[in-house]
Amino acid sequence: MAGLLVLPNGGPLTAQEADLERGREVYDRWCASCHGVEGDGLGPAAGYMLPRPRDFTRGLYQIRTTAGGEIPTDDDIMRMIDEGMPGTTMPGWQDQLSRRDREAVKDYIKSFYAPFETMAEPEPLDFGRAPRATAERIEEGRIFYDSIECWQCHGDTGRGYGSSGPELEDDRGYPIRAVDLTKNWKFNGGGSVEEIYRRLRTGMDGTPMPAFSDLVDAGFMTDDQLWNLAHFVRSLAPDDRPRVREVIRADKVEPGQVPRTVGDETWEEVEKFFIPLVAQIIILPRWFDPAVDGVWVQALHDGEEIALRLTWHDRSQSPDPAWMQWQERVLEVMEPVEGDPVEPDPRPDRFAVQFPPVIPDGMERPYFLMGNSERPVYLWQWQSDRDGAEPARARGMLDVETLSGSIEADAQWEAGRWQLVLRRNLEPSDSEGRLHFETGTPIPIAFFAWDGDNAEEGPRGSVSSWFFIYLSEDPPPSTYVAPVVAFLLTGGLGLVVVARAQRRERALGGGTTGDPDPAVHPPPHDDHRDDGADGGGDSGPEDDPRPPP
Amino acid sequence: MRYSQWTSRALAAVLVLGLAAACGDAPDEAPDEPEEAEMPFDVGTAGHVEGMVMYEGDPPPPEEMDMSSEPDCDAHWDVTPTRDVVKVSDGHLGDVFVYVKEGLEGMDFPTTRQAVVMDQVGCRYTPMVIGAMTGQTVTFRNSDGLLHNVNATPTNNRPFNLSQPVNMDTDRTFTEPEVMIPVRCDVHGWMRGYVGIASHPYHVVTGEGGSFDLSDLPPGDYVIEAWHSQLGTQEQTVTVETGETAQVTFTFSEDMLNTAVVPLGDPIYPHRVDQADPESGHGAHEHAPAARTLTSAPDVR
Repeated sequence: MAGLLVLPNGGPLTAQEADLERGREVYDRWCASCHGVEGDGLGPAAGYMLPRPRDFTRGLYQIRTTAGGEIPTDDDIMRMIDEGMPGTTMPGWQDQLSRRDREAVKDYIKSFYAPFETMAEPEPLDFGRAPRATAERIEEGRIFYDSIECWQCHGDTGRGYGSSGPELEDDRGYPIRAVDLTKNWKFNGGGSVEEIYRRLRTGMDGTPMPAFSDLVDAGFMTDDQLWNLAHFVRSLAPDDRPRVREVIRADKVEPGQVPRTVGDETWEEVEKFFIPLVAQIIILPRWFDPAVDGVWVQALHDGEEIALRLTWHDRSQSPDPAWMQWQERVLEVMEPVEGDPVEPDPRPDRFAVQFPPVIPDGMERPYFLMGNSERPVYLWQWQSDRDGAEPARARGMLDVETLSGSIEADAQWEAGRWQLVLRRNLEPSDSEGRLHFETGTPIPIAFFAWDGDNAEEGPRGSVSSWFFIYLSEDPPPSTYVAPVVAFLLTGGLGLVVVARAQRRERALGGGTTGDPDPAVHPPPHDDHRDDGADGGGDSGPEDDPRPPP
Repeated sequence: MRYSQWTSRALAAVLVLGLAAACGDAPDEAPDEPEEAEMPFDVGTAGHVEGMVMYEGDPPPPEEMDMSSEPDCDAHWDVTPTRDVVKVSDGHLGDVFVYVKEGLEGMDFPTTRQAVVMDQVGCRYTPMVIGAMTGQTVTFRNSDGLLHNVNATPTNNRPFNLSQPVNMDTDRTFTEPEVMIPVRCDVHGWMRGYVGIASHPYHVVTGEGGSFDLSDLPPGDYVIEAWHSQLGTQEQTVTVETGETAQVTFTFSEDMLNTAVVPLGDPIYPHRVDQADPESGHGAHEHAPAARTLTSAPDVR
């Protein structure tokens, strides 16, 4: 407590004591349930979180402006309190608590680690300014990424699937994942190029992410190279965080043109809809550490068939023996309190798409977690150790009954990513419990994902809420626009040609019209290329800035 | 190749230049004519401690290190490398950190000038256990030329996590005595090392023969502690007399493997909490099954 005397803005001791008392009150009320009354990161809720809440008694902070291993500045701590940490359960408190309360909490947090009292507040490093991102810099950064072996943890494509993954642990021995660099909106310290550069310089204390400042200081790399690396890492993620939209549009293609495989090039032109997935924490047993946090959905139909291509990131193709130890470790610290004990087991990855058995009138839909006894749902279920997918009817997550028939499926795991195509006729083979897809009406749809190597199955997985899928009744507007444009172009150019011919005729007195300019040929017909809403930022990481090795 | 030849050559060139530069600065030892280290006692009165660390019973079988994820390291070894967690030869125990734990309080010893090196060779720490004095340079060396990180997680000292993507040395010092500081490489999860820090120069790590030597101690009574990464610690008291050599023998045994409490800088591990403090009321680990914890621990915990 005496150490508070050295804090800046110090007033009389009594005022500081009062501030510290205020900090304690605010902390106990808002922070202690996760970080523990003693500041040791062992609050009652901590067991449901991975990464675990910060242990303030060790004075270790991931996100700093100070050199690796240094204590943070007061501003560093304030930034975490104010803005929270993306990718973790730590929210920002800027809008919840007054400035005075946040300052008081910051001082109280510091009091858990005695050396704050004796150590001078460290100087932040000089980070300079970000050089402009150029293609050359990004390419240099890519080469550097490869040569200094960032892929050991983050993977060649940056999707966080490096071979060190199953063994990674934090400073307290808890399992920790190498971040998926294609999702910069989940970076603990922020996703801008400046913030990435800072993490490279300072490292992230308490995690396996080391600091690079020493390498720069010792001349093993230049600051410029580190900026290039930061630019490259930034380039792995989309410009903007994917926007979530309520309705997935399934455009209509020519009969027989619905793609059957994940690698079909048709998909490259189809808009991607990002659907966030979250932990299933309602039905017992709950699961607080799902590995899959979102899926990109693409859909097409041709009036006969509908196909979905689902793309999600997954660090392994389960069951992968290398990840068994990860499973053991995750279960050790995250095992659900409810239900039977869960043992580490080779489990496949799974995915399910959920529909109501019939398109509902109005907004009333079955319960989003696989329905209930009164209102079942219709599922397409896929798992990585079987060919194809199967239809099912569920009356809740624990009551799933396979239906006859099958759903056509094609799946591929590559470089930290699953892609899965599911395909079925619009009209069901048997109307019993199976949806009849209709065009021109919004159809409820929801998604479930399970990472087998993360011990997920049954209710232990990630889920979405209900969204809609809308099967266009006719080819997309581009189909109409293209011919109109072509018509106008042709017509306009035709007039030009005619006018020119007439001029020439007048000049020459002859009767030829000449060949039309080759450029006046109408553009090739393409159902998708002209689709103005190509997703842009929405397609996000799936734009694949670098192909897999 | 996963990375460009050109880049690795460029990095190597930078390394060579860096080393050359370092060497250029180096010869401060000779001309600087270091002041004769001022010992805080009359060295003419010194005595010595000699000893041996023994092991009774069968050592656990060496754990094989699966280096298949790092082909360059895998290729370094003719036979599958092992983590000799209990290194015994003829009943003599190696990799034991032996140091004067009590008896030197209040004495201020000059910092040992020579750096102590922990090398990384074939994705293994060599040696696995080192000792140093507060303020003494500890050099972490990467002789593998591939990415290692040196992640030290002390309690009394500040932590660090260094990136070493090329052949290089990184120097660090520790300000506080601490037994022991765990060091690991997150890229190669099997790599575990330990650094012991004492406030004085009387510390040593046993080699394969298990013997140790703490010479030139001021006369007096001491508590000597022996620390082993799997077998825990033992203490002996000893009296040092001028010109005499006192003998000390530590004996560890097989049955300590399951019961040992190993002091490490890293105090909090998820599976130790329930056992250590069942009444704490902290709910964090209430559902971490205690029975499975120790057996599944990958290393000393």
